[in-house]
Amino acid sequence: MAKMLMKGNEAIAEAAIRAGCRLFFGYPITPQTELSEYMAKNMPKCGGLSLQAESEIAAINMVLGAASTGARVITSSSSPGISLKSEGISYIIGSDLPCVIVNVQRGGPGLGGIQPAQSDYNQATKALGHGDGHIIVLAPDSVQEMAALTAEAFDLADIYRMPCMIFADGALGQMMEPVDFEAVPVRELPAKDWACTGTGGKRVHNIINSLYMEPEALEKTVVERFERYKKLAENETKYEEFMLDDAEYAVVAYGITARIAKTAVINARRKGIKAGLFRPITLYPFPEKPLNRLADGVKKFLSVEMNMGQMLNDVKVAVECKKPVIHFGRTGGVIPTPEEVLEQLEKLAGGAE
Amino acid sequence: MTVFQKPHALTDMPFHYCPGCTHGIIHRLVAEVIDELGVEDKTVGIAPVGCSVFAYNYFNCDMIEAPHGRAPAVATGVKRAHPELTVFTYQGDGDLAAIGTAETVHVGARGENITIIFVNNAIYGMTGGQMAPTTLLGQVTTTSPYGRIREIQGNPIRVCEMVSTLDGVAYAERVSVDCVKNVLNAKKAIKKGFTMQQEKRGLSIIEVLSTCPTNWGLSPEKAIEWLRENMIKHYPLGVYKDVTAEEANK
Repeated sequence: MAKMLMKGNEAIAEAAIRAGCRLFFGYPITPQTELSEYMAKNMPKCGGLSLQAESEIAAINMVLGAASTGARVITSSSSPGISLKSEGISYIIGSDLPCVIVNVQRGGPGLGGIQPAQSDYNQATKALGHGDGHIIVLAPDSVQEMAALTAEAFDLADIYRMPCMIFADGALGQMMEPVDFEAVPVRELPAKDWACTGTGGKRVHNIINSLYMEPEALEKTVVERFERYKKLAENETKYEEFMLDDAEYAVVAYGITARIAKTAVINARRKGIKAGLFRPITLYPFPEKPLNRLADGVKKFLSVEMNMGQMLNDVKVAVECKKPVIHFGRTGGVIPTPEEVLEQLEKLAGGAE
Repeated sequence: MTVFQKPHALTDMPFHYCPGCTHGIIHRLVAEVIDELGVEDKTVGIAPVGCSVFAYNYFNCDMIEAPHGRAPAVATGVKRAHPELTVFTYQGDGDLAAIGTAETVHVGARGENITIIFVNNAIYGMTGGQMAPTTLLGQVTTTSPYGRIREIQGNPIRVCEMVSTLDGVAYAERVSVDCVKNVLNAKKAIKKGFTMQQEKRGLSIIEVLSTCPTNWGLSPEKAIEWLRENMIKHYPLGVYKDVTAEEANK
């Protein structure tokens, strides 16, 4: 198929429609608005619905309702809006419902700014809502990957019965790149016999809820869900390795920051520094095992993010103190330059062991 | 010979409600209407957070338990995904008129074809008797221990009057279940609400004045009296919006 030149936000929307999603519930917020607008324009053309809710809170609860019927459904927002959705996301986790949530991040805390950031890493991977639970977090680094991972996100959500987040940022959302909506491998999806679409007089009533008055009963559901997280980690962990075969210094970065880091790695190699890049594509589950193996070969890790050091802790845990892990980041909407990352690599290479 | 029976739309699960609480009556009325309309197999109900949170165990149709106040948004998601379903929410006053006010107003503004059963007992029951948005001025609760004072806690909200101003609301009626006559009328209103939904006329909301003997600190009998003497005075019964009547008058 011919490639199309699209903004990242639009590519996610188009990929969702192509994945069979016919329901979008959202609320306008910069820098994800193109996604809502694309849905508003194109959903009606394919018999779908794009509904602007009265709030982020209402939007995520509309997602909860639609997901309860077994329908593929998506919502999108940016950082402050995701915070508002977090209550609903917790209920969706607790109710074992599949859906796709997009976070086109901007700087924070508070109203923050509208420039790209990765400062919601901890929120997305550790605590999107109250309670003992996680969601799947996918971090694309290009418009092409935003499309591919959106298709994948719907399948993962359906298979593991949990929300899946496309974890992007304002830069990826706004930038235009060619994208090919290539056929994605068709995965076998489980039947949604839990869905609330009326009993049809053929079965006992289905109940979708997250309330358990007996602590043991609640514990059982949480433990069962963590079994699914375990399977998810075993089967679905994704990452990219770049120039790592003989690397002494491994940069760890995801999303747009990985693109910047890749340039820095290439430039470092030109200067004789044996650098490489490890790019987690799934942030939850985090690629702990491959990073741990990598620690046996490299001398030092440089974790680069658009925040003050959030993934840093996951890298440290994965590396198990085998090698030093140093953070470099810019925050508040400031994008690090390849030169800045290279400077950090030079420091590492020139510094004391 | 007809034997008095439990409606099919109710499960065999015993209600957890306190003695004298009128939730049981209201559950039964909703279930009778579902039976009479023959829609149990294509109905999805949304339970709230509050005393009626376990409504999902009591109705025989598919049920979803919504976050506090969000039932109208959840119902919107269900109805938009499956417009052929009959969808109702069952909500208390804290759920609908405090934390979920925005969802209530906008589900009305959009004119979603769903039915809201709004149970107003002027108090938070599940958490043990705190002040509700519909608590009357002067009414003593655990968080208005000196009586609700206008200057401090503000005024009680009249929901039917408020939502009847919204163009998407097809039907809004306030009923009570304090006596046989009113119970029968409440059922009529609930049935009319469900029928309006089937006719795709927009949002139907039935506000049911209900008792909370436990948290009002009254016997079931005295609670009924208190409802009549105080609640109905502030929350007059009647039809606040009916688009079919408006059409008939044209």
